Amino acid sequence: MKLKRTIPVLAAAIAAVLSTGVDASAKTFRYATTGDILGLDPQANNEGPTNTMKANLYGRLIHRKPDLSLVPDLATSWKNINETTWRFNLRSGVTFHNGNTFNADDVIYSFKRQSQEASSMAFALSSIKEMKKIDDLTVEVITKGPDPILLLNMPLFYIVDKEYMEANDATQVLDVSGATNFANLNANGTGPFKLVEWVQDNRIVLEPFDKYWDKANLETNITKAIFTPIPNNATRVAALLSGEIDLMYPVPLQDVPRLNGDPNVTVLQGAELRTIFLGFDQWRDELLDMPGTGKNPFLDVRVRKAFAHAINTKAIQRVVMRGASTPTGLMIAPGINGFDEAMNTPYAFDPEMSKKLLAEAGYGNGFPITFDCPNDRYVNDEAICTSIVPMLERVGIKVTLNAQTKSLHFNKIGKPEGNNTSFYMLGWTPGSYDAYNPLQNLMTMDGAGHGTWNSGRYTNPEVEKLTGQIVTEVDEAKRNSLIAKAFKIHQDDVGHIPLHQQALAWGNRSDTVAKVWQRPFNDVDLRYVVMK
Amino acid sequence: MLAFIVQRLFQAIVVMFVVALISFTMFQFVGDPVNNMVGQEATTEQRDALRERLGLNDTIPVQFAHYVMNAVQGEFGLSYRMGKPVQELIAERMPATMELVAVSALMALLIGVPMGVYTGLHRNSWLSRGFLTISLVGISLPTFVIGILMILAFGVWLGWLPTFGRGGVVDLGVWKTSLMTAQGWSHIIMPATTLALFQLTLIMRLVRAEMLEVLRTDYIKFARARGLRDRAINYGHALKNTLVPVITIMGLQIGSLLAFSIITETVFAWPGMGLLFLQGIQFVDIPVMSSYLVLMALFFVIINLTVDLLYYAVDPRLRSEHVGAGH
Repeated sequence: MKLKRTIPVLAAAIAAVLSTGVDASAKTFRYATTGDILGLDPQANNEGPTNTMKANLYGRLIHRKPDLSLVPDLATSWKNINETTWRFNLRSGVTFHNGNTFNADDVIYSFKRQSQEASSMAFALSSIKEMKKIDDLTVEVITKGPDPILLLNMPLFYIVDKEYMEANDATQVLDVSGATNFANLNANGTGPFKLVEWVQDNRIVLEPFDKYWDKANLETNITKAIFTPIPNNATRVAALLSGEIDLMYPVPLQDVPRLNGDPNVTVLQGAELRTIFLGFDQWRDELLDMPGTGKNPFLDVRVRKAFAHAINTKAIQRVVMRGASTPTGLMIAPGINGFDEAMNTPYAFDPEMSKKLLAEAGYGNGFPITFDCPNDRYVNDEAICTSIVPMLERVGIKVTLNAQTKSLHFNKIGKPEGNNTSFYMLGWTPGSYDAYNPLQNLMTMDGAGHGTWNSGRYTNPEVEKLTGQIVTEVDEAKRNSLIAKAFKIHQDDVGHIPLHQQALAWGNRSDTVAKVWQRPFNDVDLRYVVMK
Repeated sequence: MLAFIVQRLFQAIVVMFVVALISFTMFQFVGDPVNNMVGQEATTEQRDALRERLGLNDTIPVQFAHYVMNAVQGEFGLSYRMGKPVQELIAERMPATMELVAVSALMALLIGVPMGVYTGLHRNSWLSRGFLTISLVGISLPTFVIGILMILAFGVWLGWLPTFGRGGVVDLGVWKTSLMTAQGWSHIIMPATTLALFQLTLIMRLVRAEMLEVLRTDYIKFARARGLRDRAINYGHALKNTLVPVITIMGLQIGSLLAFSIITETVFAWPGMGLLFLQGIQFVDIPVMSSYLVLMALFFVIINLTVDLLYYAVDPRLRSEHVGAGH
């Protein structure tokens, strides 16, 4: 009897879905990705997708457009008064979502808040000594030394409302080891969208802000945006195909042809800024995999060269990445400040030369290594590593692949286990869009210690010296030539083996979305979403 | 009776303690949460300071002692992801999982038992054979494959049901339910069916086997000889006597429904505790992981206790024994 009762309920449910499917507003933009944002505190939670969500809500002094160019946002203009002083003129008549007026006090307050020790966004402002209010709409920024990339970091400087933060007891920035704060759950910015609702791991709902200062020039026409995390790849693809969402990313590479085959779906593909590369242990006297021999073959540049020439980056692109990658010879991607196309040729694939180099170095019979690799961090990361194993075995290296989840992998190759690796894979996107960032973190000892993610502890006195000059050199042409020099030395040293920039793949409903700008950082800026 | 319950609750505490201990020992193999909590640009000093503040530099026994001490006081720690108290997070997610499990369990019972009775009574009918063949699918296909196939069929091809998430939620104050709206039901049908399918086929086969067994017994023959109607024999006497094993299995299975809901919730992006746990693993959110496991242990103990108590209700022999012992 109860069975009979469930049937009408089922029918009613189906009918309800069919009817709600029709009256959904045409300008509601629903999009999905694998996971939720980390939190809304604009001065904490440094993570790509989270930063983008914060940028929908909060204004910055300078905005970075999808083509990576910088345009005025809350600052109307800026100029260098002397080597260490910048003056920013602020926009007048800007209001926060709660109606408060934006002024210089908010900028100073935001600077102080973002510079707190617990702030994981503090790095973007680390070169700034102090900020001074000149008048209500002018601030002066005084840097510790000449800082050529100050402006590049400004799009990561989020402006909050002083009165609002103080009223809600949120002056102390979110400490990720402590309790959450008001600012992490709510938002009050000057951005084009305001927060309607956030149910963690479920949905974030945004609506356009009526009094956004640049409303007239805003590209987007959406009246509501709903962001949903859908962790399972197949479900995300199905939700797009069924039309329940308008855009989703990433598209699993094997589903790209299938989605393109659907008349209402297109897959947008473009290069990402992240460079995937391999690194070697260049500091131990004895390789971890060769105990008792007292030898570390990677200290010999010929061995590192042999590895570079043994790896067929084109085959990886064709077979493993199904074309969705750009083989690279540099540690930075096109679009990053300091990139030079002339130097971007990958090491030639030449196994014969590899064998010769290994023989010259005294390792004609090869040697054993363990290859550390993540299996849930980058696009097809484990598959890339699996394909590299036979390439190296072909020239006589005995490879044991150790592919594991990212938290274990990063632990092993990183500081917690003291760079416990001989040969590893890593990917890097420079947060500042500038070459200094990988030089500092990956390719030098960064002063006394060593770059946070320079897991093989590569070092070359020349590169160290050049990097020191790059920090403060303000002349752009001169600076770029220093960067080119440093990268050239690193390339000749085979400090790392750059593999490729992975491609972005976004699935997009072409029947509802008229235009969306795919930015090379794999996240959606709602300013540029236009619905049909 | 009371002594029995108290004894069981005491066992529950021991079980939960052991589960907490085992899960804590496992966590050192899950990795380091710090990389997930700070961005790639964080300096080594910031990372070290955070590790110190989180107490990750303490030895595992010290960390475990801290956890137990706090848990005894009702504090399960702060989630590393959001800095919200874990008990709050779990309380937010519990309704979604509980409703999913309840609907699945009811489906399994309300469809499985009649199917089992039918196939037991009409062994050779075509319908019975059809049921049995289909039930093989339910037993042999893994949950996530069934889920994805259902999404493909009902969500993508037919477009009848939403492919993900939980909708039509009504806030009742302490409990957010999605069972009061048609939209809510449209969201729950697929995940609940996916989750129920295995249990449904299991119950059907179990009831069928028990029915066949019971129908052969003497008292059924006597009942027939007495001229009782088929309906009274089949449902009043035979079915009732098949229920003890069904209750046992169902009790155990509700536990595994809770456990298997992790997979179903991930496939359907169902915002329940299972999804919370899985995201906790990916993020190395130790407070969430350990509290979830301890809570699951508590559920298992409670379910088993309930099952034991249900025996008294269903099987009069146990009651008379108990009364006898009381004299």
